[in-house]
Amino acid sequence: MANGAPIISSNEGVAAALAKSLGAAVLDTVEAYDEISFTVDRKKLPAVMDRLRDKHEYQQLVEIAGVDYPERPERFEICYHLLSLTKNHRIRVKVTTDEDTPVPTVTHIWEVAGWLEREVFDLYGVLFDGNADLRRILTDYGFQGHPFRKDFPLTGYVEMRYSEEAKRVVYEPVKLAQDFRSFDFMSPWEGADYILPGDEKSGDGDDKGAKK
Amino acid sequence: MADYLDEMDGLADETDPTVGDLEIQNYTINFGPQHPAAHGVLRLVMELDGEIVERLDPHVGLLHRGTEKLIEHKTYLQALPYFDRLDYCSPLAMEHSYVLAIEKLLDLEVPLRGQYLRVLFAELTRICNHMLNIGAHVMDVGAMTPNIWVFEIREQCLEFFERASGARMHSAWFRPGGVHQDVPLKLLTDMADWLDEFPTLFEDAMSLVTGNRIFKQRNVDIAIVSKEDAVRWGFSGPMIRGSGIAWDLRKSQPYDVYDRMEFDVPVGTRGDCYDRFMVRVEEVRQSARIMRQCLNEMPDGPVASTDRKVVPPKRAEMKQSMEALIHHFKLYTEGFHVPAGEVYVATESPKGEFGVYLVSDGSNKPYRCKIRPTAFSHLQAMDFMSKGHMLADATAILGAMDIVFGECDR
Repeated sequence: MANGAPIISSNEGVAAALAKSLGAAVLDTVEAYDEISFTVDRKKLPAVMDRLRDKHEYQQLVEIAGVDYPERPERFEICYHLLSLTKNHRIRVKVTTDEDTPVPTVTHIWEVAGWLEREVFDLYGVLFDGNADLRRILTDYGFQGHPFRKDFPLTGYVEMRYSEEAKRVVYEPVKLAQDFRSFDFMSPWEGADYILPGDEKSGDGDDKGAKK
Repeated sequence: MADYLDEMDGLADETDPTVGDLEIQNYTINFGPQHPAAHGVLRLVMELDGEIVERLDPHVGLLHRGTEKLIEHKTYLQALPYFDRLDYCSPLAMEHSYVLAIEKLLDLEVPLRGQYLRVLFAELTRICNHMLNIGAHVMDVGAMTPNIWVFEIREQCLEFFERASGARMHSAWFRPGGVHQDVPLKLLTDMADWLDEFPTLFEDAMSLVTGNRIFKQRNVDIAIVSKEDAVRWGFSGPMIRGSGIAWDLRKSQPYDVYDRMEFDVPVGTRGDCYDRFMVRVEEVRQSARIMRQCLNEMPDGPVASTDRKVVPPKRAEMKQSMEALIHHFKLYTEGFHVPAGEVYVATESPKGEFGVYLVSDGSNKPYRCKIRPTAFSHLQAMDFMSKGHMLADATAILGAMDIVFGECDR
């Protein structure tokens, strides 16, 4: 490996051994960039985690990360990063879900999951079945919506300021003095999905303008 | 009125409800969000029985800026300065995880001098961070002088950052592919001189603290965390080492040139606040040792990869070469494209395991950049660590956790 990224124990045979041990719960195994990820059945998540911790020495739950893919039928991917202190190895376990289907909690396996699940709930609106304390954690008291979803605008919907007249903090709809600027810097020669002005008649058959 | 006058004379006390064996209920207080010992904007809702903490609910997120969302709207290079602003006490350690994650996706090799410079400055950052934390911790439990002394050392660290990058705190000096600019030779020689000088002041300051009776009374046997608890609560860094587990990512999962460095990993024996403090004190000495090795072994050569599709050319080159000018323009507008995939890269930041989970969809912007803060797991454990301790111990526990809210709240 040429890059300077952290060196962990070898992945040699680990993915196959773990997939065999976890059995039918594993839906998919991916090994890329020297990292192993398993996609597992959502319902069997606690059993899988229990087994990974007790049988396979992945003692620490390091992180739970939510990722939003709005185009998928189950749009949210919840990635659990596990670390083995004894084997000096990391793996990733993923489950998918949508807005309404809860994911079983792992707080009874790792206490640390409490806040991590709260964070995913707060930012993505993913529900965790069995988490006794599923409150918002990072956003404001009384915040509406789930800001890290891809369909939530970067600027948000409300802004707050201290009002001298009301002598308190007031919330108002966002008013931007200047439009939000989002430039498309992608090279038009590489994979841009729009037609440049003047290119309609270029006639390479792909774009609609050429079929005249 | 007569009752009142009688009461003042001590003749009657029936109007005073606190006299007699009344049952007093627990009460709840707010600690913070604006409190000097809260190390930032932390709100602790404490349920107290007299002065004993019964339950403690930390409210975080008061400094939430949506960094991860902002990063999704920036190119890889534009997103880098956000990392300085996470843990603003150890900015370069934050950048380290991020640039390593990008390099892992790109499979980009960093020249040896670049790797040495990164390790050198990551360790300087560690000293800088520990100076702040050690100082703040001793001040939280009542000592004033050591804090002022170690802040002098912190100031000298910041001067080195300034000489290397131009900025005292938000350096943005680690870049994907290496570091932004080479350092002048004089900076390295000055650093070598400083490495001989600063331990005197540091040891003087520590001699006031480590054996001090009051300091020990406030820290020894406070918030003992067993090895099992430390693992289950996801502890890392000095917190897990304070509990006696010799776990250091620089040793076990070496990145850059840490595998060439010789250093010891200090561990605690009891897992209390004093152990966590002493682990940090020893880490400062070990960091100085690593820095000396870096200075001795650092080779000459380029400080950043010469892959022009990722690392922009130098200004002088652009005056001569059209190609360089085009590359510069492309890199600072469109940025570079990172192959699709996902990586989780964690480094040993001064506060613990700081990880970046980077998901790329092959474009010039990260699809998702999840930052794994060290403070989240530590602060969550605050409830069970404080249970049964006095209200005043909460500041010592918090001080020994080393929490910075830029990183916790993101």
